[in-house]
Amino acid sequence: MRIFKFTKSLDFMKLKIPALVFSTFLVLGSLFSLFTQGLNLGLDFTGGTVIEVQFQQPADLLKVRGALAGNGFADAQVAYFGTSQDVMIRIAPRADLNQKAIGEQILTTLNTVAETPVTVRKVDVVGSSVGEELKEDGFLAVLAALVGILIYVAARFEWRFSVGAVASLLHDVIVTMGLFSVFQLEFDLTVLAAILALIGYSINDTIVVFDRIREMFRKMRDATVDETVNEAITSTLSRTTMTSLTTALTLIVLFFMGGAMIHGFATALLFGIAIGTYSSIYMASSIAVILGASREDLMPTVIEKEGEGTPSV
Amino acid sequence: MLNQNSIWRYLMVLVVLTVSLIYALPNIYPEDPSLQITATRGGDVTAEKVVQLEQALQKSNIAVKSVVLEKGQILARFGSAEEQLKAREVVNAELGSEYVTALNMAPATPAWLNSIGATPMKLGLDLRGGVHFLMEVDMKTAMDKNVNDLVQVYRVDLREAKIRYRSVTPDLVKQQVVISFRNDQDVSAAKAVLTKQDPDMTFTEGDEMSLIASFSEARLKALREDAVAQNITIIRNRVNAIGVAEPLVQRQGAERIVVQLPGVQDTARAKEILGATATLEFRLVDETADVQSAVAGRVPPSAQLFKDRAGNPVVLQKRVMLTGNHIVGANSGFDENGRPQVNIDLDAKGGNSFSTSTKDAIGKSMATVFIEYKPTDKKDSNGKTILEKKEEVVSIATIQSRLGRSFRITGLDAPGEAQNLALLLRAGALIAPILIVEERTVGPSLGQENIDLGLSAIMWGMLAVVAFMVIYYKWFGVVANIALAANLVMLIGIMSMIPGATLTLPGMAGIVLTVGMAVDANVLIFERIREELAEGRSAVHAIHEGYDRAFATIADSNITTLLVALILFGVGTGPVKGFAVTLALGICTSIFTAVLVSRVIVNVIWGQRRGSDLPV
Repeated sequence: MRIFKFTKSLDFMKLKIPALVFSTFLVLGSLFSLFTQGLNLGLDFTGGTVIEVQFQQPADLLKVRGALAGNGFADAQVAYFGTSQDVMIRIAPRADLNQKAIGEQILTTLNTVAETPVTVRKVDVVGSSVGEELKEDGFLAVLAALVGILIYVAARFEWRFSVGAVASLLHDVIVTMGLFSVFQLEFDLTVLAAILALIGYSINDTIVVFDRIREMFRKMRDATVDETVNEAITSTLSRTTMTSLTTALTLIVLFFMGGAMIHGFATALLFGIAIGTYSSIYMASSIAVILGASREDLMPTVIEKEGEGTPSV
Repeated sequence: MLNQNSIWRYLMVLVVLTVSLIYALPNIYPEDPSLQITATRGGDVTAEKVVQLEQALQKSNIAVKSVVLEKGQILARFGSAEEQLKAREVVNAELGSEYVTALNMAPATPAWLNSIGATPMKLGLDLRGGVHFLMEVDMKTAMDKNVNDLVQVYRVDLREAKIRYRSVTPDLVKQQVVISFRNDQDVSAAKAVLTKQDPDMTFTEGDEMSLIASFSEARLKALREDAVAQNITIIRNRVNAIGVAEPLVQRQGAERIVVQLPGVQDTARAKEILGATATLEFRLVDETADVQSAVAGRVPPSAQLFKDRAGNPVVLQKRVMLTGNHIVGANSGFDENGRPQVNIDLDAKGGNSFSTSTKDAIGKSMATVFIEYKPTDKKDSNGKTILEKKEEVVSIATIQSRLGRSFRITGLDAPGEAQNLALLLRAGALIAPILIVEERTVGPSLGQENIDLGLSAIMWGMLAVVAFMVIYYKWFGVVANIALAANLVMLIGIMSMIPGATLTLPGMAGIVLTVGMAVDANVLIFERIREELAEGRSAVHAIHEGYDRAFATIADSNITTLLVALILFGVGTGPVKGFAVTLALGICTSIFTAVLVSRVIVNVIWGQRRGSDLPV
């Protein structure tokens, strides 16, 4: 079976300017949302308390909220978690009260509402200083990953390709974070992990295309840069689509079957892979071409003759 | 000839896959609910104890799968969790407080696998249930203590060197000791003497005939390291004393300690024991001092004002006769009148000095001071919780005779308090107080649910990819699927082999993701083969070129992904680290299986095919 069969290469480079404009809009929109409404940061980053409990009967959230408010937890966020018997309660970190006592207080309060005692599924208490550090570390991790890739690609290919690759990765990261900001999805540690995994995935795609561009430069001596890049993208298109599809398949499984804890992770990667596939086709090479990448940049500068460099007998 | 498998290639694939398979095997055996029994001080695990236990369990009608003695501990396996719980009570009653029993899930790995060191993968807390604590060592208090200790040391040093000083005072803000003198000669003499005694300190002459002792960078670093290292040892002792199977106590960063207690649900007690900073000090009562004037603020320079449990003021000597760190053993019990007491054993050094100091004090009153740091609601400018030092006189007793290496203290309120104090004294006192900055509890039902979720996700993910590959690449797809299965076996085998690798829920997500991404290498190769065929090459050449050319691309693209996984490992904590491990390992194993394993199969079946048609 075959999805794509092309007799002629597709003209991707014709669309390089519209694609760049589109991407710029996406990035600007994401940045706007990130700066105006920010991210809905999870407990890992904000600190505070999250308690997951299971009621024997379907829980009445209004009653739970009322009881919590009556006991000094008016700021508690109460929501169903998976089923109507599972309830998640989140409380912001507070300075006036001993953090550790909160968990026990909430449990006592909940048991006054429930007919049969609730079972604790999970209690997380994170100090606000820990969350602050994690934010910093997370930012540094993304930065370190990008710089590492910038250097590696510059060494293996050329600086113009390296800039193109990193720009498209940055695009993927910002737009994915933008999605989380626009829909105010919870951004926790697993989502951060997903974003780093996304960087790894997206660069994979980009490198496959770059590798082919290098090869095509060698093969197609008379073609223009645009033609060469078009040919390279076209010939890797079925691989790019196939890999994206199999990865997306497993992510869809994770999204529906992985449980609430993995939901954010699967969402980030699923969206990220779509955007990453687009950006490695359109952005990475387009930027390299716009920056003036040429055949000479990727050709070996010294052509070694056979036997050269070995001592003569 | 092209597409021939060398004997080495066969051997390598065979060896790697067999070893992986053997080490992956333990994971398919279920776990038995079990009890892990270890001896504390005074107890001894012997073969007789095993027999004794077997009989006791038989008497209570509890079916035991096996009771064995291994690595200095007894492991008893049961058929169900209920029997395990019942058995714990029986065992505790039978063996008494000299033994610690911990609930555990013991893998039912067959002996031949055990003998080659094959064990199942370690499961993270999110899959097993349990408590995770992140603790921070309070360096400020640790340093204050060091400064105060130095004040005492310098007083003695100067007195011994016969140098007259005006005062020795601690400066806790700058963490220095300020010594002031009456004349300049004394300043330089003292500087010479103290520098010789304590070369790690920096001594500078201040204004108005004073000498300032401050810590050098190296000394500061050493002190911090010591504080954390010693706290880790002590927390480990305490965890062992509570009785937790396979606990994790690990340093994280400069001042933090991670403690993971699988299976523990009672966080309140765990916190109380782990975070407690209780220790004891023994001091003589200053009988010359007037309590009333001391309360009014006129405390003699050699004395200090304390309060007892009822809140009454007591004046004690500043000199400490003995501190808690000389205590090597402590048991709780009852005295003749049925009141709780703690029996204490000292080490040789502590015993000697205690015996010397009590010899001259027969007939005098000695106070036992209980010291504890408790977190308050206040925070300092850095957002750290301020700790409050709580000192309390628990008992005052007259020294009847010279005290040696073992003695007892009374005056405690409740038997429970005596037990906790004994436990804490046994485990040692924390050198610096600790604060719990993060706490995560996962209930056991949630853990099992996460395992089930993860497993079904892996299964369905795999099924989807396998079906897709067969539809798209026909027989070559089947080869890719065999490689994929080999990849999964290898991944699980290696994860089980590496001692530090833990499987977490995000780790399982990583495996699912690896399944999706692992076929990428084969996709690259197969697409290449198709292209070569389309260009009119023969089957033999298409296979050869396809594998050869795709390899450079596979290596390039995977190195960058590996780089990201390593960074993720460096930054992530707990579950996310688990994800990074599976991602990184998955990349390596998928290259091996997709390139080598699939090549071996393809070579054997289609390697010498004539013509230019391949089922790809």
